[in-house]
Amino acid sequence: MSGLVLSLLDTVLDAAPALIFAAVGATLSERAGVVNVGVEGMMRAGAFAAAAAALVMPTPLGVVVGVAAGALVGALHGGLCIFARSDQVVSGMAINLVMLALGQFLLEAVFSSPSGTPPITQLPRWLGHSPLTWLAVVTPLVVHGLVERTAWGLRLRAVGEKPEAVAAMGVRVSRLRLGAVMASGALAGLGGAHLSTAVLDRFEHHMPAGLGFMAVAAMVFGRWTPLGAALAALFFAFGNALRLSLASSFPGLVEVVPQGVLLALPYALTLLVLTLQRPGLARAPAALGRPYDPELR
Amino acid sequence: MTTIALRGISKRFGLQLALDDVSLELKAGERVAVVGENGAGKSSLMNVLYGLYAADRGEVHVDGRAVRIRTPADALALGIGMVHQHFTLVPTLTVVENVVLGREPTRLGLLDARRARDEVQATCARFGFSLDLGARVETLTVGSQQKVEIVKALHRGVRTLILDEPTAVLTPQEADELFSVTRRLSDEGLTVVLISHKLKEVLTFATRIAVLRRGVKVAEVAASASTPESLAELMVGHRVPTTTATDPRPSEVVVALEGVSAGKLCDVSCVIRAGEVVGIAGVDGNGQRELAEVLTGLRAVDGGTLTLLGDPARLNPGRARALGVAHVPEDRLKHAIVGDFSVAENVALGRQRQAPFAKGPRIDVEGRLARTTALLEAHDVRPRSPGLRIGALSGGNQQKLVVGRELDGAPKLLVAVQPTRGLDLAAVDAVRARLLDFRARGGAVLLVSLDLDEVLTLSDRVLVLHEGRLTGEFQRGAFDERLIGQRMLGVLDA
Repeated sequence: MSGLVLSLLDTVLDAAPALIFAAVGATLSERAGVVNVGVEGMMRAGAFAAAAAALVMPTPLGVVVGVAAGALVGALHGGLCIFARSDQVVSGMAINLVMLALGQFLLEAVFSSPSGTPPITQLPRWLGHSPLTWLAVVTPLVVHGLVERTAWGLRLRAVGEKPEAVAAMGVRVSRLRLGAVMASGALAGLGGAHLSTAVLDRFEHHMPAGLGFMAVAAMVFGRWTPLGAALAALFFAFGNALRLSLASSFPGLVEVVPQGVLLALPYALTLLVLTLQRPGLARAPAALGRPYDPELR
Repeated sequence: MTTIALRGISKRFGLQLALDDVSLELKAGERVAVVGENGAGKSSLMNVLYGLYAADRGEVHVDGRAVRIRTPADALALGIGMVHQHFTLVPTLTVVENVVLGREPTRLGLLDARRARDEVQATCARFGFSLDLGARVETLTVGSQQKVEIVKALHRGVRTLILDEPTAVLTPQEADELFSVTRRLSDEGLTVVLISHKLKEVLTFATRIAVLRRGVKVAEVAASASTPESLAELMVGHRVPTTTATDPRPSEVVVALEGVSAGKLCDVSCVIRAGEVVGIAGVDGNGQRELAEVLTGLRAVDGGTLTLLGDPARLNPGRARALGVAHVPEDRLKHAIVGDFSVAENVALGRQRQAPFAKGPRIDVEGRLARTTALLEAHDVRPRSPGLRIGALSGGNQQKLVVGRELDGAPKLLVAVQPTRGLDLAAVDAVRARLLDFRARGGAVLLVSLDLDEVLTLSDRVLVLHEGRLTGEFQRGAFDERLIGQRMLGVLDA
């Protein structure tokens, strides 16, 4: 039984960082007032770019490339939402679809392999885990400090509630929001990079397999706060780990419970939690999803 | 000493020319008013000066030097600040956070909360404002929120302050206080620009008045040489008859509320009689909306009884309409008309199954057309095009049509919420005349308006709502603006 607990913990520590980075990142975009359902696509971009880059350079540099790729996709989403004022949910979903197809295309075009990239050197482990795992412990605290204790954070919170107020005080709404969405993309990219350089040793064609959507759910469950989102992400990661540990510790289980039910466990848990949450408690930023147009009449 | 000159400013929105070659000069310490009807361009002009709108043509000079004001940051750097009609405060942040936003004191990269507080405190003390600095803005009264807006501008060291319709949401007391504060500030050298369409306050506050009409500056006059009538004539371009009520002849009770609670509304008892206008005075959000919703069946009653024409009634919107309750809602585009439907279709809305709008299950196109044509004529809605998309009509014509439609079915009670907000003066007058005409024919009217002047002009009886409770009742002839203002703020014995 203690074996189960230990392996459970290990699995959580391995899988949670990706969710935590992505969920904490999503709070930045949404607190600035830009809906980000494109987290999945941004994670995928990070996972692919990090693994592809790590084939030709040291893996830590590959992770940096992954972060940059995430930020770039974030910039695309931000640009569409802020400057072209397209529908933010549609833009996010479009990014997910484009990244899904682009990843598959590049796998086949560059690596002639539909299932994944060739293996890379994994990130070195510190104290039994990837350095990104430890970074995932610090990141929510740092982002919390950034949002709650800095001038930039004050502006971020203000622009998601009432962009007119920020504009009237001489701060550029578009620049502030674009920065937030890019930061969100960078963190999602980091989460994706964690999947392909630390959890596995390559980019696999299905990455991140819905983790991006779970990250968005975690952000909502965490009430749009970095710490809340991180805790929620940890909880969802636990559900995921539970499935893996149950399956490996009790091989007999698979014969009783259909495989599909086990596979659906973390997602079902996500849905359950979101339904149980009292709607009044979760207050989204007031200007979420609303483009800012100074000359709107 | 700063002098600001706007020269030949033009601004176009789509096809509409909002500002056409407008020039205006502001001298240091002056109190200037910019007046005009809704859509005359007064806010647009000041939004250009504040960098919110980019002018298509024209120049701004500060102290004789041409400057480019492309963003509010540019304007603030030149010492120009603006308090908007709709506040630009972040409700979830504190007073201090709102004031320092955009120029936050930091220490080692972090927000220096103590210094921020001290700085804002110093600004408040210097200009004589007292505010609860740690309070979240959403918990403050509207009057206090406006003070935060002014402090915000002063904190940036502005030398010119633009006030855009500052009294629209204030009680008379709050408005008086605002003007005494700003007059003191202008004595200390601050230039104040007041944008308003309330001519009385313009005449008492400003020394010089610029009048805009359809984007053109038609006059610039000294306040001492003007009267409300002369200004109104300049604004509209012709003489304006003003609606005044005649003596009421209230008769039987149309609707009676007893101890009604619903949402914010708490234990309200009152009656509305045939042949009278009952006005509701109150600061926005004190239960007016709930009261109107209860009477029109849009909101269920939590407690108490509602009696309509002598019978206890459980209303839903359809039943209320069938029993003779007409409704001119606050948000016309959301609740009264469908912008993409034709004028004729909108006239049928709500009674589309009855003659002359339907024949059995089919739409009676001809009957509808005839009724619509008659309505357009009777209420002077322009253009007289039943097939036109109603969204293409001006706000004033849309509202005249809505009022006409609601009064068309011979209702007993008309619930009118903010019936003249945002309309041009001619339409305001037309709508008010319809309400009084309906009253004269024995109709009962409940008038909810945030414009206290409107309530006092039209009502035979005024009820005051504060936090969902009735805090006062006044009969025509005994209207006391100051006392009503106190009741609006919840002050009961003073």
